[in-house]
Amino acid sequence: MTLWLIVRKSLRQHALSTVITSLSIALAAGLLMSIIAVKDQSMHAFTNVTGGFHAVMGSRGSKLSLVLFSVFHMDKAPGTLPWKDFEDIQENKRIKTAVPIVVGDNFKGFRIVGTTTDFFRVEYDEGRAHEIPSPGRLFNPNSQEAVIGSHAARRLGLGIGDKFQPYHGLDYNPAEKHDTDYVVVGILSPSNTPADQVIWIPLKGLQNMPGHDSAKNTDVSAILLEFTSLTLGAQFSDQVNKSTQTKTVAMIAPEVTSFFQRFEWLRIVLSVMAGLVALVAAGGILASLHNTMNERRREIAILRALGARRGTVFGAIILESTAIAAIGVLIGFLFYAGFMTTAAHYIAEMAGVVINPLQPHPVLAAAPLSIIALGALAGILPALKAYRTDVAENLIPQS
Amino acid sequence: MPLLEIKNLRKSYRTPDGGSQTVLDVPTLSLEPSQQVALRGSSGTGKTTLLNCIAGILTPDNGSILLNDRDMAALNESERDQVRAENTGFIFQTFNLLQGYTCLENVLLGMNFGRGPDKDLAEKLLRRVGLEDRLRYRPSQLSVGQQQRVAVARALANQPKLVLADEPTGNLDPRNAQEVLKLIREICGENEAALLLVSHDQSVLDQFDDSLNLADLNRAVQREAA
Repeated sequence: MTLWLIVRKSLRQHALSTVITSLSIALAAGLLMSIIAVKDQSMHAFTNVTGGFHAVMGSRGSKLSLVLFSVFHMDKAPGTLPWKDFEDIQENKRIKTAVPIVVGDNFKGFRIVGTTTDFFRVEYDEGRAHEIPSPGRLFNPNSQEAVIGSHAARRLGLGIGDKFQPYHGLDYNPAEKHDTDYVVVGILSPSNTPADQVIWIPLKGLQNMPGHDSAKNTDVSAILLEFTSLTLGAQFSDQVNKSTQTKTVAMIAPEVTSFFQRFEWLRIVLSVMAGLVALVAAGGILASLHNTMNERRREIAILRALGARRGTVFGAIILESTAIAAIGVLIGFLFYAGFMTTAAHYIAEMAGVVINPLQPHPVLAAAPLSIIALGALAGILPALKAYRTDVAENLIPQS
Repeated sequence: MPLLEIKNLRKSYRTPDGGSQTVLDVPTLSLEPSQQVALRGSSGTGKTTLLNCIAGILTPDNGSILLNDRDMAALNESERDQVRAENTGFIFQTFNLLQGYTCLENVLLGMNFGRGPDKDLAEKLLRRVGLEDRLRYRPSQLSVGQQQRVAVARALANQPKLVLADEPTGNLDPRNAQEVLKLIREICGENEAALLLVSHDQSVLDQFDDSLNLADLNRAVQREAA
């Protein structure tokens, strides 16, 4: 109680330096926690929003591009596959479900993807397939109808019964409008997957869109694959990738993991930077306490004259530096919440992948404890100075 | 049995040229429980060093300081801190109040190192010194006379057996000095605490029945004069 009273008074007396030092600690703590949590949660989220598919087959090209455009709707298709490939693959016993997709158009920047109704039957999460709330329904494969992802519908302001005309290309260009009307017949329930970002129309609709290459009107951009088992799927993937020069099979989850690992250096750099900020902030605690020790010598001498032991004044300074770090860490959680909410919003807007800013993560305990320990260490030097204060000499006011 | 008994007390300081200067050489000094003694001490007679040795803030080079039957000269620092907190109260010329603390907190803080915080007693002491309406005031919001009254209350907070007062009226005007001195003597009497007060102010010394001249007690001063 005595220590806390002394610390509380000192923090109040040196309020400005306490606030500034705590804020720098808060920034370091917030950054450190956010960098690690965003990276891990993003990787976890991206590898878990595969739409229920294990792999994707497309024309020969980058596996990453194939995954990005077919699952996350973020890149261009490396080419197309003939319809026969889709027919052949359906015969393969290692394949449980094969769903073709075609891309090439957009509506005001939101991608239009042609597919079959099988896409909506695959469980994107354990026991959860895409749902269309009443009075909505799936599109008729032979009609110019569309089912819209929840996020796209909200952003575009489209509802059931509304009509729209697609634009050619993946990027929105008002001059490239197709003269074809599509009517919205369903809005997907939010799934927190990239499907929320997309306008879904029948495969044939996109293949036969006026202005598209009629010679390729049976081609597909890619085929999403659900295997009967992952082992058999891996065998199938190896076999296709080694035996043909025209097709690529990319396993979705490993490709996403590999993608994030490419940016591991960035995470390390940012973490080191946050660590340095924490060190500088700890140095700030040391400097601010050390600088006040001269003016506090008399106060320490008075405390000692009243009966405080050397250990008490040493402990008070350590507790004070620890308290500054702890206050910083508490504010750091606010920074963390801010960073994470912003990051989560940005990721959801860009990729349709939702991360939970409040999801527990080991770094939320490890980083604060490390920073508080660092704060305690930073107090040792000033505390030693307090410990060594000569009582008799400092009881006399120094003018 | 004396409350305080000093025998052959010597204390030296190191001089800037590496030598040693003895500032205190007191063969004997004693104080009975509840006794109030004034020590005349002009500048350089070692009065503050003597009080600091009695309080255990300084350790003597030789001799013994029996305070309430414990030899302060033989105790380790931690034990001296404990004995100081429990048995002595200190009143300084410069008050030495903690500026960030209220009057009440200054008194309570003193208790924290001794008998433990007792808010009722702290308030009672502050009422006794006439500061019942200043409990939440900080030292900077008080007059110098009021500040010394807080220091008096703080010195008595642990109900010590001995109060050491080092020129307690040195910074006060004559009227305040008389009032504070009267208060110190009364409150020590009420609490049955012995008082060892050092001063060079004759008007202060004249009020004590027991008065000693430190220069007569301190052989170091006598040698210096010779």
